[in-house]
Amino acid sequence: MIRKIVYSIFLATIVLALVMFFAAYPFGKNKMTVGEYYLNNGVAQTGASNIVTSVVVDYRGFDTLGEVSVLFGAAAGVAILFFVLAENRRERKNITSPNFVVKVGSRIIFPFILLFGTYIFIHGHLTPGGGFQGGSIIASGFLLLYLAYPGTRVSRKKLSAVEGLAGLTFVLLGLYGLMLPESSFLFNFLPKGQLNALLSAGILPIIYIAIGFKVAAEFAGIVDDMMCEVICRGGEK
Amino acid sequence: MIYYLGSFLLIAIGLYAIIIKKNLIKILIGLNLAASGVNLLIVSIGYIKNGTAPIFSKIGINPSAMVDPIPQALTLTAIVIDASELALAVAFVVLLYRHYGTLDIKKIRSLKW
Repeated sequence: MIRKIVYSIFLATIVLALVMFFAAYPFGKNKMTVGEYYLNNGVAQTGASNIVTSVVVDYRGFDTLGEVSVLFGAAAGVAILFFVLAENRRERKNITSPNFVVKVGSRIIFPFILLFGTYIFIHGHLTPGGGFQGGSIIASGFLLLYLAYPGTRVSRKKLSAVEGLAGLTFVLLGLYGLMLPESSFLFNFLPKGQLNALLSAGILPIIYIAIGFKVAAEFAGIVDDMMCEVICRGGEK
Repeated sequence: MIYYLGSFLLIAIGLYAIIIKKNLIKILIGLNLAASGVNLLIVSIGYIKNGTAPIFSKIGINPSAMVDPIPQALTLTAIVIDASELALAVAFVVLLYRHYGTLDIKKIRSLKW
């Protein structure tokens, strides 16, 4: 009974909020003033031609640092939970060996997935894309590798090293901006360069590459934890 | 307008699955559907009629014809966070299944209220 009352209050609140929202913001008309400001001044201030990137990495760079921390927390949580699970081990399960086509195909396609992901996060300030997307693409490549060869393990120490170095790059670049006379966290101290050139927009591409490595390492770690839960927590480790 | 309708439907289906379904995996699917609906809703707020992507890929693109970049920036990170949170939730579900031997939330005693 209490459940039903709580649920109906919850649903009524959500429906009310959505209806008020739909009434206040008709489709395809409004644009926020702050978005307008970023569009008009973003290129001059950050030098990145992709305004979404300049919002994510420059104007809200501190926010993005928080998001990356949330991601790290989730990945660490997955690792901790499966570590707890490892105590009551079970017998090794029989994994059916993947198809020949899957094995050969994944071996051919894996370097191209890495290349594509790298392209996506290196060109994050020029084209749609960036560190988060490129990192996810690279991690999907690792998922394919794990599915095709169930015995493979990526070294956790290397993953942790990549993740830590990438996070350290992000924080150190931000702290260096704090030491300059202009003095703000994540201050864009490198030259802006020419619009639409690969080497432009100051520290934005460096930060996005760091985010790409960090996201890729974290997602690969999650995939590794989950696959290991199925495969390697058998009799021997 | 179809985007508003679609996101509303996605949120509604997700909430239905969260409230009605008894299987933990189905509840997680509902949670993810609702999150996709919210992402779609946030992106479609920033849309303007005949807008282009907020990228100055050529010289002389009019910034007033571009869609709002901030909702896109917010959803960009939210999608990745969604995925990692889903992984964490799945890990919790695996732990619950090992402990109780069932995925039915009516049979898991400590989830009752």
